[in-house]
Amino acid sequence: MKEFLVRVLVEPKPELFDPQGQAVERAMLELGLKNVSGTRVGKLIKFKLKAVSAQQARERVSEIAQKFLANPVIEQYSIEMEEL
Amino acid sequence: MRAAVVVFPGSNCDHDTYYVLKDLIGIETDLLWYRETNLNRYDLIVLPGGFSYGDYLRAGAIARFAPAVQALPEYIERSRGIVLGICNGFQILTEAGLLPGALTKNISQRFICKTVKLRVENNATPLTHLFGYGEIIELPIAHGEGRYIAPPEILEKLKRNRQILLTYFGENPNGSVENIAGIMNEDGTVFGLMPHPERNSERIFGTGDGLKIFQGLVQEVLV
Repeated sequence: MKEFLVRVLVEPKPELFDPQGQAVERAMLELGLKNVSGTRVGKLIKFKLKAVSAQQARERVSEIAQKFLANPVIEQYSIEMEEL
Repeated sequence: MRAAVVVFPGSNCDHDTYYVLKDLIGIETDLLWYRETNLNRYDLIVLPGGFSYGDYLRAGAIARFAPAVQALPEYIERSRGIVLGICNGFQILTEAGLLPGALTKNISQRFICKTVKLRVENNATPLTHLFGYGEIIELPIAHGEGRYIAPPEILEKLKRNRQILLTYFGENPNGSVENIAGIMNEDGTVFGLMPHPERNSERIFGTGDGLKIFQGLVQEVLV
């Protein structure tokens, strides 16, 4: 068995208005960060997972992300994995 | 007739809903712990408002895997009775895929707690048949994640099938698409409302409009 550090990044779908992202962007501009745009606020879910291969780990993570970690009506996700 | 109000860790409108069904309307009602899976003895199942599992991840995202919710699809498929989700209960039903669309953060980014005006868009349903078509009623809302979202093809279907029951009237408090405040499934057996009828079921709390929603459901089941 190998062990992987998994990061699932969940963010609002691009077509969805993200009030949190807008509020954060306005604040960043007010704090002097120039030329900022397209701010989106999402979630990071980080965990360790044991699996026989990277492929198997990725499949299992995709499955749980689709079923549970992200809501496909309003969110999209991406997966980052590194072997420990 | 027998009703159940499902109690999740973090439910907080369960006792109010129980009070309306049991004491105001007078039907046999149980508070049903979320680990129960035997739903077949009930004619009406209410998923109450609150903050199940602290709204962690997304409102309703964890409760949808609770044993009582996992038992709902079979209950619905067999047309055993009616399911009503109020506020967090509505969020659980959309997360579970038992109602279309999703509920996400209010446009204002704030938790909103106030009485709103609602328009009855379809009064030929078990939930709304005691109101007139187009009637304006008042119910309280209390939510941070009540903005109803659905893709255009789903919205089209909701309109075509007259599945939109209540819309916000006068002002849209949370940014919901098409001002949607309450919907039902295609078969008219599963209902979801963001407003809280149990919080306006007696005249001392306002117009008492909420009672008619519960009375409507009970009458429908008794027929």
